Amino acid sequence: MKRKPVFVALFAASLILLFATRPTECFAQIDIHIHTATNTMESHIHGLTGEAFGDGQGRPDVGAQLYRRYCIGCHGPNGDGSGENAMWFDPTMGFAKPRDFTLAVFKCRSTPTGTLPTEEDLFDSVTRGFVNTNMPSWRPLTEQERTNLIAMVKAFSPRWQAEKPGAPITIPPETAPTVESILHGRELFDKIQCWKCHGPEGRGDGPSALTLTDTKGNPIRPYDFTTGERFKCGASNQDLYRIFMTGLDGTPMPSFSDNIKPEEAWDLVHFLRTLQVTLKTPELATFQTWLKGHPNTLKPIGQEVP
Amino acid sequence: MQARYVLLPVLFALMVAVASVGPAPAGTIEGKVTYTGTPPKMKPIDMSKEPTCAKEHNPPLLGENVVTGPGNALQYVVVYISAGEQSAQPPSEPVRYDQKGCMYVPHILAMHTNQPLQIYTDDPFTHNIHPMPKRNPEWNKSQPPGAAPIDTKWANPEFIEVKCNIHPWMHGYFAVLNTSHYAVTDNEGNYSLKGLPPGKYTVTAWQEQYSTQSQEVTVGPTGAASVNFVFKVTPYLY
Repeated sequence: MKRKPVFVALFAASLILLFATRPTECFAQIDIHIHTATNTMESHIHGLTGEAFGDGQGRPDVGAQLYRRYCIGCHGPNGDGSGENAMWFDPTMGFAKPRDFTLAVFKCRSTPTGTLPTEEDLFDSVTRGFVNTNMPSWRPLTEQERTNLIAMVKAFSPRWQAEKPGAPITIPPETAPTVESILHGRELFDKIQCWKCHGPEGRGDGPSALTLTDTKGNPIRPYDFTTGERFKCGASNQDLYRIFMTGLDGTPMPSFSDNIKPEEAWDLVHFLRTLQVTLKTPELATFQTWLKGHPNTLKPIGQEVP
Repeated sequence: MQARYVLLPVLFALMVAVASVGPAPAGTIEGKVTYTGTPPKMKPIDMSKEPTCAKEHNPPLLGENVVTGPGNALQYVVVYISAGEQSAQPPSEPVRYDQKGCMYVPHILAMHTNQPLQIYTDDPFTHNIHPMPKRNPEWNKSQPPGAAPIDTKWANPEFIEVKCNIHPWMHGYFAVLNTSHYAVTDNEGNYSLKGLPPGKYTVTAWQEQYSTQSQEVTVGPTGAASVNFVFKVTPYLY
């Protein structure tokens, strides 16, 4: 009889311990969930109320949260393009590996080759996504969210502290897509040897096409104009002009700005449009009408240099 | 008779004096770079994609990743002062890199950081010059026949691989160094670093396949020092 109160006291103590420790464990778990849920709600509320459209200044801290949610799977926790999904991107099938932000080398720029792109260039890339890659369009995010993401992208390379973005190239107003312009563009295409990679008919089957690799050593394909697909860096004539004048850094596509005069560049744009046979572009119509009246006058592209 | 006996020793003494005092006593580090092991067999370069070049190089040239010479000599090794030198200013005269017959001449071009670099083309077809640096901005420019030379320079020291994507066998290096005391070994593996004031230096040798090696050496007030490097080679490329 005398021993009983000791057992009762022990039992009570163990019960107290059990209940005293449990709630803290639960609290810790719930805390994580509440935190994430609130952030998602916030981003939706910001999007709905328009509060997020604001100063236009990217916030890397907010961008980091968005990056963890949307980008980390492919671009990786260190921004070097080694996310857990990256291994499934097969460059031999034409799917480019995720961009390595630590190098700060970007394809789509309005700035000369070797320089950093502008804020707008990166914003356009995130918004547009990249055709034929696993990078989708991020238009569903608010503008402020995309701007915050760009601030995060910039945090991965010290180049953004050490250098300023290049001065965007100037694009003169487009000239008329006349037959003369198209024919001169065709001469340029032959002379500067775009066909070495893109092929004489723009099918992406030039003699060097199969050997091309990007800077990381992964195989890469030249654009096939006959598919009529959007370009990686846009779809307009201005975008096309910009692509060959700035080059796509990190890929085999060089800059031609030292070797094509601005007025000639529009001629090349007009000729390139005639290669997009599936799009039935106005340039193609003009060219075909001229060809009907002048059979067998054009020298085939890609003949041996004398 | 007697005048001749006097004159000859005097002349001899004068010659010795001139020889020892005449040239400035700048130190020189010289040496030879060799290899042990079996070097890889370089394959002949297939230039059939560019018929002009294929015709020009008959029999075909061999790859230049590992080039050996007589007596186990190793060519295209960059030897340079990596430590011990007083701060050096980049020279203002440009270094020249050529594209000739679908090859880069020289295969490895060494230069000082911020030294002007001029890239010429001699070929009747378009090249693109695509240096692939890690510590400098990467760029990629086309150079059609007759185009003006590309003027550029590199701010950070680095070994930069250079490639022409149109002719994928074209492959070379820019050795961008923080010193103007550098040399690239010749076919006999010899190099010499001239005009070094007396002092203690670290000499480093870099080969594109076999990384770097360093040795410390002291150059005396009148001295010439000798530093040899031996690279262990593998029969495969990586």
